Amino acid sequence: MDTPTPNLSAAKTVTGQDRYRAGVMEYRKMGYWEPDYEPKITDVIAVFRVTPQDGVDPIEASAAVAGESSTATWTVVWTDRLTACEKYRAKCYRVDPVPNAPGSYFAYIAYDLDLFEPGSIANLSASIIGNVFGFKPLKALRLEDMRMPVAYVKTFDGPSTGIVVERERLDKFGRPFLGATVKPKLGLSGRNYGRVVYEALKGGLDFTKDDENINSQPFMHWRDRYLYCMEAVNKAQAATGEVKGTYLNVTAGTMEEMYERAEFAKQLGSVIVMIDLIIGYTAIQSMSKWCRRNDMILHLHRAGHGTYTRQKTHGVSFRVIAKWMRLAGVDHIHAGTVVGKLEGDPKTTAGFYDILREDKNPMFLEHGLFFDQDWASTRKVMPVASGGIHLGQMHELLHLLKDDVVLQFGGGTIGHPMGIAAGATANRVALEAMVLARNEGRNIMEEGPEILNQAGRGCLPLRQALDTWGDVTFNYTSTDTPDFVAVPMPAY
Amino acid sequence: MRVTQGCFSFLPDLTDVQISKQVQYCLDHGWAVSLEYTDDPHPRNTYWEMWGHPMFDIRDAKAIMGELIECRRMHEECYIRLCAFDSTHSWESLRMSFIVQRPSVEPGFMLARREAEGRNIRYETRAYVMEKPEGTRYGV
Repeated sequence: MDTPTPNLSAAKTVTGQDRYRAGVMEYRKMGYWEPDYEPKITDVIAVFRVTPQDGVDPIEASAAVAGESSTATWTVVWTDRLTACEKYRAKCYRVDPVPNAPGSYFAYIAYDLDLFEPGSIANLSASIIGNVFGFKPLKALRLEDMRMPVAYVKTFDGPSTGIVVERERLDKFGRPFLGATVKPKLGLSGRNYGRVVYEALKGGLDFTKDDENINSQPFMHWRDRYLYCMEAVNKAQAATGEVKGTYLNVTAGTMEEMYERAEFAKQLGSVIVMIDLIIGYTAIQSMSKWCRRNDMILHLHRAGHGTYTRQKTHGVSFRVIAKWMRLAGVDHIHAGTVVGKLEGDPKTTAGFYDILREDKNPMFLEHGLFFDQDWASTRKVMPVASGGIHLGQMHELLHLLKDDVVLQFGGGTIGHPMGIAAGATANRVALEAMVLARNEGRNIMEEGPEILNQAGRGCLPLRQALDTWGDVTFNYTSTDTPDFVAVPMPAY
Repeated sequence: MRVTQGCFSFLPDLTDVQISKQVQYCLDHGWAVSLEYTDDPHPRNTYWEMWGHPMFDIRDAKAIMGELIECRRMHEECYIRLCAFDSTHSWESLRMSFIVQRPSVEPGFMLARREAEGRNIRYETRAYVMEKPEGTRYGV
């Protein structure tokens, strides 16, 4: 592949009268390439993976990204001079070749805080992932990570409930939550659907969940689903003496319809409602505000993210989406399982979990975290691990994902040979046995299968589950892995 | 029925040796252990009676087990839970909570339904034992 050497000598910012002569000028000469710039503590910083078209200089391409995501247009305009334009120009200040990926570069770009409306992901994303992603001189572009300054973080409400208050409200401490998505995901009537919810909750799960595409279809209208689900939740609560919940998906075609569904869920006494990522950033923030007013936990299914997060060369990394969603204020978000059926490199996934759950993220390239990030007491988001996981992996799940996570075993609950309640019981016993053993100081990664077998001796549903799924694995190569080398790379 | 609050309710009741290991785990993390008891098992009964304050300064699992034995002696037919509190900034809540004693018989809960407008149903979960006054609900 053609890997041009950056042309540094031609990269000096033009100033004064010459800068504003009518016509086209290279972006790197217009003030969008400032290698000596030191980002301010209040700057928003983004790092992009830039893949220029063949023959395009990487510095010029990176400067163009800075330009096109801030003030620039394709030609010089004199009206810049009516503004404090040096301040408003995004400044690319560092370009590194991507390790082991000839032709691609990490471009670090700093944005002044005044470029963004407070508390609006829509406004932030319109700049950072707006027109620039279709810019012709680039073959591909990926937003890898962002550093949000505390001054900006504080303009967002963040999660209305968060991990700690969710645990307090549900009175559940010391272990991951257990959930299951109702299956089959399409076709059940309200009455049949509620049956699955009741059996799963009574059997030992904390939550059940609508799938992302369960809204209001001919086979089951939303009001029917909510009514039967809440019958199931209350009945299971009385059968166990434990708080239970079911994520009622309020995703709909309009905001008005979503509010109506959320109001009905609240009226029925649900502790949680659910939305899909595809409703859009503004709708997500609106629902977060609604949840804050109504003491409701907000579950976000990341439906659609794979269209732009999965390939390393182009799109937006999920770590950026995770940051945006923590700011936007969701309480739950699907963040990968590592061992399940869906994409998830262990280290990259660990990075997502850190973003959601920690108060401060130190820079950690091995986990794909390019910057220190201070969350300034923004509440923590509960990650959800869902998609092809089963109790035979309980030791791995607990070891990799730790305690603050919802483990969702859909097929692994509903497909149990003895029935749904037995499936739920098997999952709960396996989880509690593993937590107990870990706390006792046992090495669960080594002894995990033995701990499960031992617990299965006193629990028939667990034994049968182990016989059915004990050996199922999904071992495929991940596509989204961090690109870094342990030694510092030369920066231009 | 069996009330399944707390993080180990699906396992057979823990032995004192097992409980002691969990206490050690909590102490190793710097959490303050406390004991609470109640004879009101409702899932929304947040405030169980405190067996003294959280033991912020006791760093010895044996001493905590001594408190548990004493608490059991004084409240034989009650639920007792062991909680671990983490005062770290941005948590400042419980890290763990599990039942370490339960009454010999657990009659469970009645689910009352009141039909309301439309197809709405108002649910009320009521423990059968709550018909009786506090202190006389179990095993008397």
